[in-house]
Amino acid sequence: MKRLVKLMSLALVLTMIVGMVSACGSKKDDNVAEGKLIVIRCWNDEFAKRMRDHLPDYKVKNKDNALEGGTYKGYTIKFIQVDNKDNAYQNALDEALGKQSSKKGNELLDMFLSEADYAAKYVQADATADVKGVVGLTDADLANQYQYTKDAVTDDKGVLKGVSWQACPGGLIYNREIAKAVLGSDDPAEVQKAVADWDTFTATAQKMKEAGYAMLSGYDDTYRVFSNNVTTKWVVDGKINVDANIMKWVEQTKEFTEKGYNQGSTLWAAEWEKGFYKDGGVFCYFGPAWLIDFCMKCDQAGSVGIDGGWGITEGPMGFFWGGTWMHAATGTDNADIVKEIMLAMTCNETILKDIVTKDNDFANHKPAMEAMVNSDYSSKILGGMNPLGIYCNGASKIKLDCITTYDQGCNEKFQAAMHDYFNGNFATYEEAYAKFEKDIYEIYPALKPKN
Amino acid sequence: MAANSNGRKKHSVTKGKWGIIFLLPFAVAFLAFQLYPLAYTIYNSFFENYRDGLTQVGPNWVGLKNYKEAIFEADLLKYAGNTMIMWVIGFIPQILVSLLLASWFANNRLRIRGASFFKTIIYMPNLIMASAFSMLFFALFSKVGPVNGLLQSLHIIDKPFVFLENIAATRILIGFMNFMMWFGNTTILLMAGIMGIDTALFEAAEVDGAKPGQVFRQITLPILRPILLYVALTSMIGGIQMFDVPQILSGGTGGPSDHTTTLIMKLNNHLYSKNYGMGGALSVLLLVITSILSLIVFKFMVKKED
Repeated sequence: MKRLVKLMSLALVLTMIVGMVSACGSKKDDNVAEGKLIVIRCWNDEFAKRMRDHLPDYKVKNKDNALEGGTYKGYTIKFIQVDNKDNAYQNALDEALGKQSSKKGNELLDMFLSEADYAAKYVQADATADVKGVVGLTDADLANQYQYTKDAVTDDKGVLKGVSWQACPGGLIYNREIAKAVLGSDDPAEVQKAVADWDTFTATAQKMKEAGYAMLSGYDDTYRVFSNNVTTKWVVDGKINVDANIMKWVEQTKEFTEKGYNQGSTLWAAEWEKGFYKDGGVFCYFGPAWLIDFCMKCDQAGSVGIDGGWGITEGPMGFFWGGTWMHAATGTDNADIVKEIMLAMTCNETILKDIVTKDNDFANHKPAMEAMVNSDYSSKILGGMNPLGIYCNGASKIKLDCITTYDQGCNEKFQAAMHDYFNGNFATYEEAYAKFEKDIYEIYPALKPKN
Repeated sequence: MAANSNGRKKHSVTKGKWGIIFLLPFAVAFLAFQLYPLAYTIYNSFFENYRDGLTQVGPNWVGLKNYKEAIFEADLLKYAGNTMIMWVIGFIPQILVSLLLASWFANNRLRIRGASFFKTIIYMPNLIMASAFSMLFFALFSKVGPVNGLLQSLHIIDKPFVFLENIAATRILIGFMNFMMWFGNTTILLMAGIMGIDTALFEAAEVDGAKPGQVFRQITLPILRPILLYVALTSMIGGIQMFDVPQILSGGTGGPSDHTTTLIMKLNNHLYSKNYGMGGALSVLLLVITSILSLIVFKFMVKKED
């Protein structure tokens, strides 16, 4: 009996240990030959889908979930996705990059993605590889890309550290029904006259209000228009600096909120998305191509976009918003295959044109885009309009010389603090600014004045 | 060792060995996951140690500078105040409702039907993750959420009321969620306390002609006082650690205008740049506060045994 109990407990302990060991084992991708694994870190499935839909020779594992990866020219592609929320993506990425030097073979990170707001952080770091020197792309390969998409990921020493398949010039996306009802026409040229500069924009907002519509959904809609037209950086000489253009956003939004020109929503909230639907009563949104296709719920019944109810025009100011860059991680054991993916996804004219026609994105290939302006390409969501002319015009004007490694936190915390100024919880701008400053010192202790 | 000894002696040695072996898992887990992190946190709190982008700053020894900043510059009192206010908003209904339910459930004369069913139901909210609970409330009380829809269709309000832009409303919602999550737990604790009271006391009181209200005030409450104090203090310690509910309800901003930022939310902010120094200092301060409260509980429990 005693022996039986002993045997049983031994068996139990063994099953436990075996379970633990096998759990560890499954993490190591045992079935992939050493050196044949490409690890890509990302925060959503956008890039995985782009690869699935446009990269020749790429065989996706599961069509319905692009993040499960696939195979490409004998290499296994593995995505590690961590959500953007609460900085989780960057925390995980920083951790992985920090440990890169102690890893080898299939454990190495090969590629990762970044967004405009924090690309600079990775561009300035040694953990990100030189796209030309290490990965091996040439100036000739990159010649057709928009200059700003290269400037944004060039470090202080002039080394290019990333590439993108998209350019993100934005436009004013307006609801055609409301334009007809209030402005008498939904023709982009006619609508443009009513939003040509900020004064006429404000006058139109008043008209919208009188007709029972909101000009904008909420506080943040014009933020990027102002914040991406700044002439000074968020941080100057180690001190926080609020650009005059961003102050214009504060003044305009306070005025619009008090006069009821917006619906008081905050970006990405459920109420912000109300205007994507027919009874939402929002005249316009500001955004680039990805906003229209990726965010505006145009595949849902009752949405404005499903029947082609949106139009696009240039609006009061050219601007850009967002953008995704791919980077090679320093120490990657597969620079050659990373190079092939980068070449195909960001330099290949056929693939980039394919991205435009299938996904309505705006691709990073200047001559191809300019050629497509007069092609028969049209966007169903935009009522059969070809928006590429507006994007091309915007893309050539984008400047991205005022970025810092602190932009993401500054943009987020500034907007959050100002929301409480707009809705009256902070009586003055100074109070809201004090909250913003305190938040910044907390998340970026490096900016705290030394005393 | 065991091989050298024999007979009875061997027997006693083996037993002692097993005692240690059974203790080992706890001891190892405690050392590795509690004592070591605790000591490391305290150690870290004396250093300047954070990330600037991907560049590591420090660790540089700065002595008590982090503590000075945490206490004097970071408005610690304000956030402690926020935390306390939201805890009180939740705790008052929690203790009242729990007392009422516990006395009903423990009272055999009432013969409540399905008592065990209700006991399970009231405990249910505690099983839901606080973050899920918070997400649910975020959606329910948003400007275009069902609560606003309902109030408008009942013509109680004609414009949507933005709960989460109103300081009082947001704090009450947070208090209410904490109340919902914890009143079941408190009820069970209090019920155990009430059932531990000698029934002879109740019977004697009834023979003397005491009314139910009098019995409750004169007998149940005084005898229950130790348990009540225990509940209050453990709840307060839990309250000091309030994080997930306000964090998610305010989208991490502690809004409106910093009125729902709790101490742990501040702590969480320091993780953005992996600021182990400030984070450590704040943690140690919280440890001191909770330790004082725990000491009170401990002292009080010992007294009870005397």
